[in-house]
Amino acid sequence: MAKTMAYRIAGETGEWEVVIGLEVHAQVVSNAKLFSGAATAFGAAPNSQVSFVDAGFPGMLPVINEVCVEQAVRTGLGLKAQINLRSVFDRKNYFYADLPSGYQISQFQQPIVGHGTIVLDLADGSTREVGITRLHLEMDAGKSLHDQNPTKTYIDLNRSGVALMEIVSEPDMRTPEEAAAYLRKLRTILRYLGTCDGNMEEGSMRCDINVSVRKPGEKYGTRTETKNVNSIRYVQQAIEYEAHRQVQVIEDGGVVVQETRLWDPNKGETRSMRSKEEAHDYRYFPDPDLLPLELDAAWVEDIKRTLPELPDEKKARFMADYKLPVYDAGVLVAERSRADFYEEVARGRDPKMAANFVIGDLLGALNKTGADIDSSPISAAALGGLIDLIADNTISGRIAKEVFADMLETGKPAAQIVEEKGLRQVTDTGAIDQAIAAVMAANADKVAEFRSGKDKLFGFFVGQVMKATQGKANPALVNEILTAKLKG
Amino acid sequence: MSLDKATVAKIAHLARIKVPDSDLEQLAGELNTIMHWVEMLGEVDTQNVEPMTSVVAANLRRRPDAVTDGGYPEKVVANATDATENFFSVPKVVE
Repeated sequence: MAKTMAYRIAGETGEWEVVIGLEVHAQVVSNAKLFSGAATAFGAAPNSQVSFVDAGFPGMLPVINEVCVEQAVRTGLGLKAQINLRSVFDRKNYFYADLPSGYQISQFQQPIVGHGTIVLDLADGSTREVGITRLHLEMDAGKSLHDQNPTKTYIDLNRSGVALMEIVSEPDMRTPEEAAAYLRKLRTILRYLGTCDGNMEEGSMRCDINVSVRKPGEKYGTRTETKNVNSIRYVQQAIEYEAHRQVQVIEDGGVVVQETRLWDPNKGETRSMRSKEEAHDYRYFPDPDLLPLELDAAWVEDIKRTLPELPDEKKARFMADYKLPVYDAGVLVAERSRADFYEEVARGRDPKMAANFVIGDLLGALNKTGADIDSSPISAAALGGLIDLIADNTISGRIAKEVFADMLETGKPAAQIVEEKGLRQVTDTGAIDQAIAAVMAANADKVAEFRSGKDKLFGFFVGQVMKATQGKANPALVNEILTAKLKG
Repeated sequence: MSLDKATVAKIAHLARIKVPDSDLEQLAGELNTIMHWVEMLGEVDTQNVEPMTSVVAANLRRRPDAVTDGGYPEKVVANATDATENFFSVPKVVE
């Protein structure tokens, strides 16, 4: 089922395949930091959420936050990954102004989570599996502000020590679109699990991109790592740029250098980050301040039992139980709150009609205002009320669109709008008979044409009758009576 | 294992310790002596022995997820050579 869209870069020496792996740093949702009791909230005053541990003061010792461990395990379980009951924290040594202790506490050879899998949902409805190599826990560094002073960099350590999950994929992706689908799916899963808010703008999800190129079928080429990519769109652009650059280098007779590069969103290009090169010798060693992290298998099982229904399972259920097409199911499960909203609307109602209103009408309208479904002006119950009016023939589907627009604007219940505006559908055959008789009398010539075989005019009569009844006549009844009358 | 001058120079640089070229030769000798001494440990057969992480049976202590610390930026930057509005201020590091 995995349709591989062959994405190739056309070079002078033939076509090149692009090989992509992603490293995502996902900020763990927790109140306090990974190894200290300082707060993690975004946007606080400089250095106001910093303990002496986070500032790397001498003699301060790290004590691990149990919820951060739980969140990492929960994420591992959500990625169908192996949970390592014993993992080890190491020191990753480098000097940088935003890293006060001179080392980052991370996990190197024994991460808390091992191999897992993510299923990508591609635009054509097909799916594709991408391997997860590992997930490990580590602390974040502080934040450098370069634009506050012409000669100085300001350092804020509020982020220092906040728990991150570094999630590393296998080099399984072959197109920029797959990389985007991977990030979207990972973000969806993290949000379902409640382990990371997935907000790329605030930096709570950051992405490093490993890219290499090769002739199809040959072994992997040398890869580069591009950092500082903070939106899915930029990830796609950076991959395209970097792949083309590497093809150019090789075809010009050069070799790709394994290096760290920086994405420049203003210029739309990647460039070498030379200062990071010599820092790459991290001299990892086990952190003597921290014992190995040992988990109880029963505790892991307890967490597993509290996992929510995940997007893949929900999508399969929506397709099976509600008979929704793959596209509808995919759109609805992309956000947990959206799926919950839909299910409330669909309960006891026509599921396809509910999906059409949620996706086509409501999401479309929310998109225009940039709101999400949690702040929808129309509640699930109210939308359900509108659908009920269609189901019991109070209004037609056409009038429902008008009522929906009114609900969006006024927040009034559908039934009230229908009453106030007199939109109730006319199902009284007498009234419809009258309207039809009037239309036929006023268009005697067209009636004659119709009777002499011009069948296409039927639509014209329906239109006239609907117009005469302000769209309120029940369309099925109009069709039925009109057919009988015209045949005379 | 034996260290040459270039390796010693690299280690010194990574540790941000300034070592004059004239001292490298002697330092390499000293470090090699230390390493040879430590390598004596290699004589012990540790094939099936788990690395010892603590001299007492202990588990990693964990803390609850509660905010119990922070809120004292002026103390955090108290010893900074340069601080501006509770930021640490350092020479510009940007590419």
